Amino acid sequence: MSTMPVEVGHPSVQHWAEPGHADDRSFIRKYVFSTDHKVIGCQFLILSLTFLLVGGLLAMLIRWQLGWPGLAIPGGSILGEAKAPGGIILPEFYNSLVTMHGTFMIFFAIMPLLVGVFGNWLIPLHVGAADMAFPRLNMASFWTAVPAGLIMLASFFVTGGASSAGWTAYAPLSASPELSGVYMGQKLWCISLIVLGFSSLMGAVNYITTIVNMRAPGMKWMRLPLPIWALFITAILVLLAIPVLTGALILLLFDQTIGTSFFLPADGGQPLMWQHLFWYFGHPEVYILILPAMGITSEVLSNGARKPIFGYKFMVYALVSIAFLGWIVWGHHMFQSGMNPFLGATFMTSTMIIAVPSAIKVFNWLGTLWRGDIHFHTPMLNALAFVAMFVIGGLSGVFMASTPVDIYIHDTYFIVAHIHYVLFGGSLFAIFAGIYFWFPKFFGRMLNPTLGKIHFVLTFVFYNLVFFPMHNLGLNGMMRRLYDPNQYEFLAPHQPMNTFISVSALLLGTAQLIFMFNFLWSLRAGKKAPPNPWNANSLEWSLPSPPPHGNFPAMPTVYRGPYEYSVPGHHRDYWPQDEPPAEGGHRTAEREEVHA
Amino acid sequence: MSEAAAMSASRPMEGMRVYNLKLGMWVFLLSEVMFFSSLIGAYIILRFAHPEQWAEPNAVLNVPLTGFNTFMLICSSVTMVKAFAAIEHGDQAGLRKWLIATIILGASFVGIQVYEYIKLGHEGFVPAAAAYAAEGGPLYGSTFYTMTGFHGAHVTIGVLALIFTAIRAFQGKYSAEDYGGVEIMGLYWHFVDLVWIILFTIVYLI
Repeated sequence: MSTMPVEVGHPSVQHWAEPGHADDRSFIRKYVFSTDHKVIGCQFLILSLTFLLVGGLLAMLIRWQLGWPGLAIPGGSILGEAKAPGGIILPEFYNSLVTMHGTFMIFFAIMPLLVGVFGNWLIPLHVGAADMAFPRLNMASFWTAVPAGLIMLASFFVTGGASSAGWTAYAPLSASPELSGVYMGQKLWCISLIVLGFSSLMGAVNYITTIVNMRAPGMKWMRLPLPIWALFITAILVLLAIPVLTGALILLLFDQTIGTSFFLPADGGQPLMWQHLFWYFGHPEVYILILPAMGITSEVLSNGARKPIFGYKFMVYALVSIAFLGWIVWGHHMFQSGMNPFLGATFMTSTMIIAVPSAIKVFNWLGTLWRGDIHFHTPMLNALAFVAMFVIGGLSGVFMASTPVDIYIHDTYFIVAHIHYVLFGGSLFAIFAGIYFWFPKFFGRMLNPTLGKIHFVLTFVFYNLVFFPMHNLGLNGMMRRLYDPNQYEFLAPHQPMNTFISVSALLLGTAQLIFMFNFLWSLRAGKKAPPNPWNANSLEWSLPSPPPHGNFPAMPTVYRGPYEYSVPGHHRDYWPQDEPPAEGGHRTAEREEVHA
Repeated sequence: MSEAAAMSASRPMEGMRVYNLKLGMWVFLLSEVMFFSSLIGAYIILRFAHPEQWAEPNAVLNVPLTGFNTFMLICSSVTMVKAFAAIEHGDQAGLRKWLIATIILGASFVGIQVYEYIKLGHEGFVPAAAAYAAEGGPLYGSTFYTMTGFHGAHVTIGVLALIFTAIRAFQGKYSAEDYGGVEIMGLYWHFVDLVWIILFTIVYLI
């Protein structure tokens, strides 16, 4: 056989950074239609933080209604007569609010923040490549996500308003406009998510190929930083789960547009089939939203504790087993949908088994902190919050996994508390940790640490004041997506608690202004970032901040794993992955022996 | 030069002995498997729940015609392999000839499918439940058009990609050293062919 073909994007033809060579790309190629993974990461950051803001504002409206039912929002009349006449939120609009809050937060904020931002920022730098395997596909991925977001936003402004069938879009409510009263909005919802699916798919193909094939010499699988392991597993989940959602969405869209009846029972359709297809995607999706956060947390915790991550290999195995188990538990979302109790028991068991790898991760994080020289910098504080909040969110998950308990708390505020402990207390704190940690590398300036700490403390406190009482509301029977709890006599006594949560939520929202200010102000006026502000080990920290187009001046060589902190006998408490052993002092050989 | 020697000479990196484009295509095809699985899974659920909505295949569908169409698509996979084998040995004329043959077969498949759709539509076999007038029930029509339609869209995209590949072949862009574009085209084409064999079996034969 002849020699291997050489292709564009082939590792051997990477375009490394040329030191001293001026970057002569035009403004458009450099910042708008850029193929540079770092720029695309920053673009995703701006896009998804914008949608985080949108989702947050929707949450404020929800909390306003629940805190003070029927009270006019000051200045709320700008929402229009069809949504909030005189500033009082209509029940139909409230349904749209909860639907779109969930949709924006899951698909347009947390998912692109974790996968789009950190995937793009970190993968090529952490594996030691000049860029992604397919840079133009990467650019297409971002520019497909933009129209998807705009379509979703536009659905607020069409007749009938935005989708109001819940972010899970349960059929037949979602399949028939006659039932939900939403005509165009639900169609746009489907189209937007189908388009977004293409974006995610392009990203996943790129991530997997880059991680498998573009690792620098010496970057063996077990030397990969844990965020890369997490993003690799996540990309596989995205690759296999998103097409199932796309298929389901297409069937749903056909029901609404060309008059099929896949999910409409009148002509033999199966509403329950929607739930199966949706959750077959939906449960892996849950792990898409938490695995990269776990990776970021591992990176920051090890760095902040100045200790190697405890049980690196088991962290990897735990990620893999969580991802695998995530495929066989979707039925636990459907215990109350009518299910053979025997089948329910198998789903209960498989779900509870996930607690094992999750607990391995938590104990390994604690083991990492144990007797560490802990530096409480802003990223570290957020990463610590992740661990604490993930424990609470994980434990409340076990409650719902157990079928007898779930009968009682299903579809109550208990699930709302649980999902927010995992997605806000978990994912979002890890995202904050990641942003504080890597902002200097990609924007060349430090975020202000004082403002960062104030933002962290306020967020942490108000976050818990908002979501912890929701457990109690749920146990007291308050249903999720409820427009006005006072309609029920048994819930009316809990109005003071709802008002308390709403006050805390408004303060939580206000505290995010500090982050916004810090972000925007530091972009222009922050302290100039040194190459390695955190004394960290992975490859990006040996490059200038921000790294030039093409990242490395030449292909780097990797000598060790990413968590060699406080190595005995080494002259510093960190040891970069690409530092040749000769520079590392005379005890190198002995050290390698210990690690072998 | 042996393959292994070429690998170690051109890429001292960690990774698989597969070039990026090929790995990327395999990964993409995995997601395609999941997409068609979701449609086929929905089909199975609906058909088991409502067997009465499915008529005898021959009563509504023209099975012999589609059987011939299936044969053409399988032949197009053979011609695609021929095209790949040609360029592997640097045979430019062979590559062009076999790519053209594949395009003709693929386009004919789409053409016959369009003809089939038009004919079935006139007989009241339509996707919309309200307008369904053929034997069986509306789920029969809905699932038929969804599954064969998305497959047809994949063949159409494949034919367009084949035309793009053929243009590059006529420009002499491929060689015995650089045939990745032809190989990943072939991977996609064989996948689409394979999906059709499954769809033909469960939609037309069973």
